Amino acid sequence: MSAYDNVLAARSTNKLTSLDYINALFGDSFIELHGDRNFADDKAVVGGVGMLNNMPVTVIGLEKGRNTKERMERNFGAAHPEGYRKALRLMKQAEKFHRPILCFVDTSGAFCGIGAEERGQGHAIATNLMEMMALKTPVLSVFIGEGGSGGAIALAVADEVWMMENSVYSVISPEGCASILWKDSSKAAEAAECLKMTAKDLFELGVVERILREPKASDQKMFESMKLLICRTFEKNLAVSGEDLAKLRYHRFRKIGQQ
Amino acid sequence: MDLFTFIKPKNELEQSEEAVVNRPYVPDEMWSKCPDCGTLLLTTDIEENFHVCSKCNHHFRIGSRKRIEMISDKDTFSEIDADFVSKNIIDFPGYDEKLESNKRRSGEKDSVVCGTCKIDGIETVIISMTAEFMMGSMGTVTGDKITRAFEYAVDNGLPVIAFTVSGGARMQEGILSLMQMAKTSGAVKMHSDAGLLYITVLTDPTSGGVTASFAMEGDIILAEPGALIAFAGPRVIEQTIRQKLPKDFQTAEFLQEKGFVDKVVDRRYLKETLANLLRIHNYTEVQ
Repeated sequence: MSAYDNVLAARSTNKLTSLDYINALFGDSFIELHGDRNFADDKAVVGGVGMLNNMPVTVIGLEKGRNTKERMERNFGAAHPEGYRKALRLMKQAEKFHRPILCFVDTSGAFCGIGAEERGQGHAIATNLMEMMALKTPVLSVFIGEGGSGGAIALAVADEVWMMENSVYSVISPEGCASILWKDSSKAAEAAECLKMTAKDLFELGVVERILREPKASDQKMFESMKLLICRTFEKNLAVSGEDLAKLRYHRFRKIGQQ
Repeated sequence: MDLFTFIKPKNELEQSEEAVVNRPYVPDEMWSKCPDCGTLLLTTDIEENFHVCSKCNHHFRIGSRKRIEMISDKDTFSEIDADFVSKNIIDFPGYDEKLESNKRRSGEKDSVVCGTCKIDGIETVIISMTAEFMMGSMGTVTGDKITRAFEYAVDNGLPVIAFTVSGGARMQEGILSLMQMAKTSGAVKMHSDAGLLYITVLTDPTSGGVTASFAMEGDIILAEPGALIAFAGPRVIEQTIRQKLPKDFQTAEFLQEKGFVDKVVDRRYLKETLANLLRIHNYTEVQ
């Protein structure tokens, strides 16, 4: 499969969304919590609390929607500043109760629009990056589809980052890259190769810790093993003090591109 | 000699990328035209006036070293990590050549210069970006230098002042450049938790991954008049929403009105404002 095929697979509307994963992993225990306590409830971000096996967990996901109606409602997973602020509010809450945080990333990018700029899209993302780095509770981010630039990393300053085998993560979309560099967005396939954005590439670059096989909607067994893997990782990190965990997280990013 | 042979028509500057990177707003010629009001100004007059148009107050873009020279006490700047050079880590086609040509043109090794200096006798760490090197984009060297500057400030109990100008993350370094957003933010957080002051001065243009990281993380956020400050650039937004954007959208003044910039400060009063802010935060003159 070429890098661009991988991009297309990551964007496929047949893919499981954050809510699919949340429902499969948390079942009826999931309680959604709404709003950023400031402006609105951004539906491109779902968040709440639930039990993962016997472990209380805060879960947050960028949600694209599962059909046309939902996708419209959820702005195709492109969050506004209030979405990122809601996410941060829930993360701070998790920190208070020393609950691990699980993030699902699936977005073409943070929304580009008048309202988003007026309400400080850059500021919202920047604040998340800064605050997530210092969270004194375990954080795990799982890329399940598209990981579009700043809008993705705003939920991915984590102790570990995992990717589904067909997900991608990039600084810019291959179309955007091609149109800036070669003034030709049809060269996206070429750009996708150059950007090194597939799970395998990113694993080799040391940016992600684990690549997961993608579960099918009906395959509860696979979700069970995923649940076990997540719980084990959280247990391991809950044994580390909050301060040390934040230090390790900083070090994880500190070494990327270190001179 | 005909006066007008010294002046390049504005549209010619806009057409060629070489020209834009090379000398867009601060030409070496004897006369320069203000891109805002069109007034013909003596280049030496512009220089004396802090590279600000005396007619309309347009702030010309300036390079990172000029910036440091304007803001610091004479001969107090001492650079750190001056020898860091970007490499083509992910083998991006054409990047080696691009780095070479930008080094040649700008005389810099990357898009940021970091170091320490004194402002009215007060010691501070200074981070100064330049648009002359790959449009101020943030690559791994940029991110690492900025991170190390904050770490140096923490180790030495110093404030940090950062002048930002950037097109965003550097796509030729792929995901590694995106990671610099998190890394620099982590360094800012560490500096902040140490109780130290961080002031950012947003200059034209500050956008993308830099806006969405250390540029917007200052305790105090200042901006130069008229500067474009954005997460997504105006063209990207227009293409996304297929609407014309309101006038003055994403200017420094607009951001101040929306509550994201503390104060728009004229470049001519910038040094004085920074010195005052440092004093208010109990930083004092060192001998």
